[in-house]
Amino acid sequence: MPAAAADTTKADAVQAPEVRLTGIGKSFPGVIANHDVDVTIRPATVHALIGENGAGKSTLMKILYGVQKPDEGSIVVDGTERSFKSPTDAIAVGIGMVFQHFMLADNLTALENAVLGAERLHGIGDKARAEFDAISSRYGFGLRPDVLVETLGVADRQRLEILKVLYRGAQLIILDEPTAVLVPQEVDALFANLRDLRAHGHSVLFISHKLDEVLAIADDITVMRRGTTVGEADPQTATKRQLAELMVGSELPSPETSESTVTDVVQLALQGLTLTDESGRNLLTDISVDIHRGEILGIAGVEGNGQAELVETVMGMRRPTSGRILLGEEDVTSWDTRRLREAGVGYIPEDRHRHGLLLDAPLWENRILGHQTRPPSVKGPWINRSGARKDTRRIVEEYDVRTPGIDTVARALSGGNQQKLIIGREMSGDPVLLIASHPTRGVDVGAQAAIWSHIKQARRDGLAVLLISADLDELIGLSDRIEVILRGRMVGTFDPAAVTPQDLGAAMTGGDDA
Amino acid sequence: MSSLKRIGFALLAPVIAVLIAVLATSIVIAASGSDSSATDFWSVILSKPDNRLLVNIVNQTTMIYLAAVAAAIGFRMGLFNIGVEGQYMLASYTAATFAGAALLPGAVNILAALVIAMAVGAIWAGIAGILRTTRGVSEVISTIMLNSIAAILVGYLLDQHGEHGGNQVRTKELPESSQLSGWLPFEKPDGPIWTLGLLAVVVGIGFWVLLNKTRFGFDLRATGASQTAAVASGIKVNRMVLVSMLLSGAVAGLIWMPAYFGSAHSYGTTFQAGLGFTGIAVALLGRNQPVGMVFGAVLFAFLSTQSNTLTFQTDISPSIVQITQGVAVLAVVIAYELVRRYRIRLEQRSVAKARTAPAQEVAA
Repeated sequence: MPAAAADTTKADAVQAPEVRLTGIGKSFPGVIANHDVDVTIRPATVHALIGENGAGKSTLMKILYGVQKPDEGSIVVDGTERSFKSPTDAIAVGIGMVFQHFMLADNLTALENAVLGAERLHGIGDKARAEFDAISSRYGFGLRPDVLVETLGVADRQRLEILKVLYRGAQLIILDEPTAVLVPQEVDALFANLRDLRAHGHSVLFISHKLDEVLAIADDITVMRRGTTVGEADPQTATKRQLAELMVGSELPSPETSESTVTDVVQLALQGLTLTDESGRNLLTDISVDIHRGEILGIAGVEGNGQAELVETVMGMRRPTSGRILLGEEDVTSWDTRRLREAGVGYIPEDRHRHGLLLDAPLWENRILGHQTRPPSVKGPWINRSGARKDTRRIVEEYDVRTPGIDTVARALSGGNQQKLIIGREMSGDPVLLIASHPTRGVDVGAQAAIWSHIKQARRDGLAVLLISADLDELIGLSDRIEVILRGRMVGTFDPAAVTPQDLGAAMTGGDDA
Repeated sequence: MSSLKRIGFALLAPVIAVLIAVLATSIVIAASGSDSSATDFWSVILSKPDNRLLVNIVNQTTMIYLAAVAAAIGFRMGLFNIGVEGQYMLASYTAATFAGAALLPGAVNILAALVIAMAVGAIWAGIAGILRTTRGVSEVISTIMLNSIAAILVGYLLDQHGEHGGNQVRTKELPESSQLSGWLPFEKPDGPIWTLGLLAVVVGIGFWVLLNKTRFGFDLRATGASQTAAVASGIKVNRMVLVSMLLSGAVAGLIWMPAYFGSAHSYGTTFQAGLGFTGIAVALLGRNQPVGMVFGAVLFAFLSTQSNTLTFQTDISPSIVQITQGVAVLAVVIAYELVRRYRIRLEQRSVAKARTAPAQEVAA
């Protein structure tokens, strides 16, 4: 079909290039974002790239779109090796990208947004308008050129973003999690648009971690995990379960289960917790679980099913719409984050750079963060500099944080050492409950083993732990009990001693084994 | 990293910036085709100021420094209070009106006027704080608009309630018992160093203690460094926004008080406008650091004061020092960023060394 399309002289037929990425590698200070990545995008196909958050998908996209330069590897477009210095270079060979967060000017019209920055292509007058209308009708976008963007809904904005990319002559369109912002009917409409694009000879690189959608639309599937491509799958034959296993992996060093230390004292009780967003959709629905002292409760689930919202609600950063949270005997539903922390709730956030650290502050100041009201960091309203410094040295020692000193800024440390510092800090001051969100994400295997042993030690000492992880081996190895979360609901309880990654994978994706 | 090295890094950026500013000014003078050369310009600027100018430099420094601290309080938590100008204008007018009315005797009158100045500055800044926390209005926009409103408001009130004389209008003269002239370092005609210049010292020390020694200061800096991390650590960001706007405005209210009680004694044509914007530039130049801003304030006061003598000895316009000041601020922002990146690279290298060292021991 692509060949036939290329033969015609009609303006609406395009020949998307074949794009081959080989051996792509990219590292940032302390993190290897991509290594040995191989992906081939065939012309006129929808190619899905799947993987958990942090698997390296976004970095790879930015490399393909010229936002970042790879450290190694090659990008070959239709047989010619290319090196993109900026997105302009990528657009020049027909590669365009729609970011997850739209980049539209609300106070301009749809046409003005499409033309903005691409005035040299079709001018700003009638020719531009004709081109806009032609693209819109060719792919059934139904966009009117003179409507103000601020009056458009999310789905129309997304179509406008795609139109913008097509207007600039893109043949391969990268879509970064396009369905994350859409309701199911809008997803169906988007998929219809994508099929139209494919029929006209365009290729689409579709990034997602929603397996149903990927199986519904993709011609090829590439799976990424821990910065590299770990496999390819044929959507005709692959099952959701197989994809889930590929995504989360099951051959990593496994944390060993030890004898149970679970007591019968309930440390954290969630009772009928429901959280609703501004538009009235339920992010969490009627969640009820208990965590006992000395128990690790693991939450399994495909990312984006309410885990982050659950953590933020328990940490007092969001108010539940209904339901209660009990810490020990106390009703803490209305407590703010600081009060919860003072009551002994430790927090290992999912994104340590954004939520866990002051990157440009020295380690000893990072020791104070989150503990601003408790010794040894403070004395009354005053910062206790020597106390904080002394305790930071203790953490560096006990948790084996590799650093030249405590005056080093946090940014200079590797991911694993940053995480060890955070864990040391959150274990300080005798916590009663630890909320650990992806505690070993993006850390090396050595640090991973150390972090696991610290969490297990704390559990033996009577700590209650809420563990959220995308790594099934970590969940099975550490947890005393596993709850599966799907679309904001708890949908099943499993005994980690008896469960297999396959069972969990099935529950995480909605039960049916497909 | 040794403390000596750290001081070296801290000085590197401003030194580079000042050198660039000197270079840029010299080029502009050469290009302007005036009869005097850049050398003439610098010899005038760098000549020893006479006694009258020395006093003037000290007095200007105190007011500029107060303005810089007012701006820096917001900057340290990523809050851009551009409204220092309007805050101190309204505060100065209100305090002058109150003190001029002489409702209270001598020193009590002074104290009450200072409190009123701080309160008015805080309220005016607080409006922007409340708009930001409740309605999400950018404080940059709201404070700029409040500057204009303050100017119109003061103009109106002064016209309605001030004392008209000739084509001038001013507030009622401060009674002699409440005047605080100051210390005469030289002859009487050279003028005094104003007593309330001490406010700058007190505020400077207070700012340093607040930032580095208190929990509140830590929360302030943490919010400025990473709002997301601040929220996760339990800081109530909205409350911090409001409190630091109030503090910033309160300090802004004090800016013109040394001049008012020292020599102006009424609000009118004697009012020195523009200090709020100078303060923002000096805060940038001094990297919002209590000590750094002292040098920035001295530099700005020195350049402005010395430039007045240019008209007598050269045909170069005194406004040329504004180019020096502007380039210095621009260059310092860039230089700090470059030095910061260089420093991070150095630190990462030393971290890498620390990580490989134990491994080598094991191997050996």
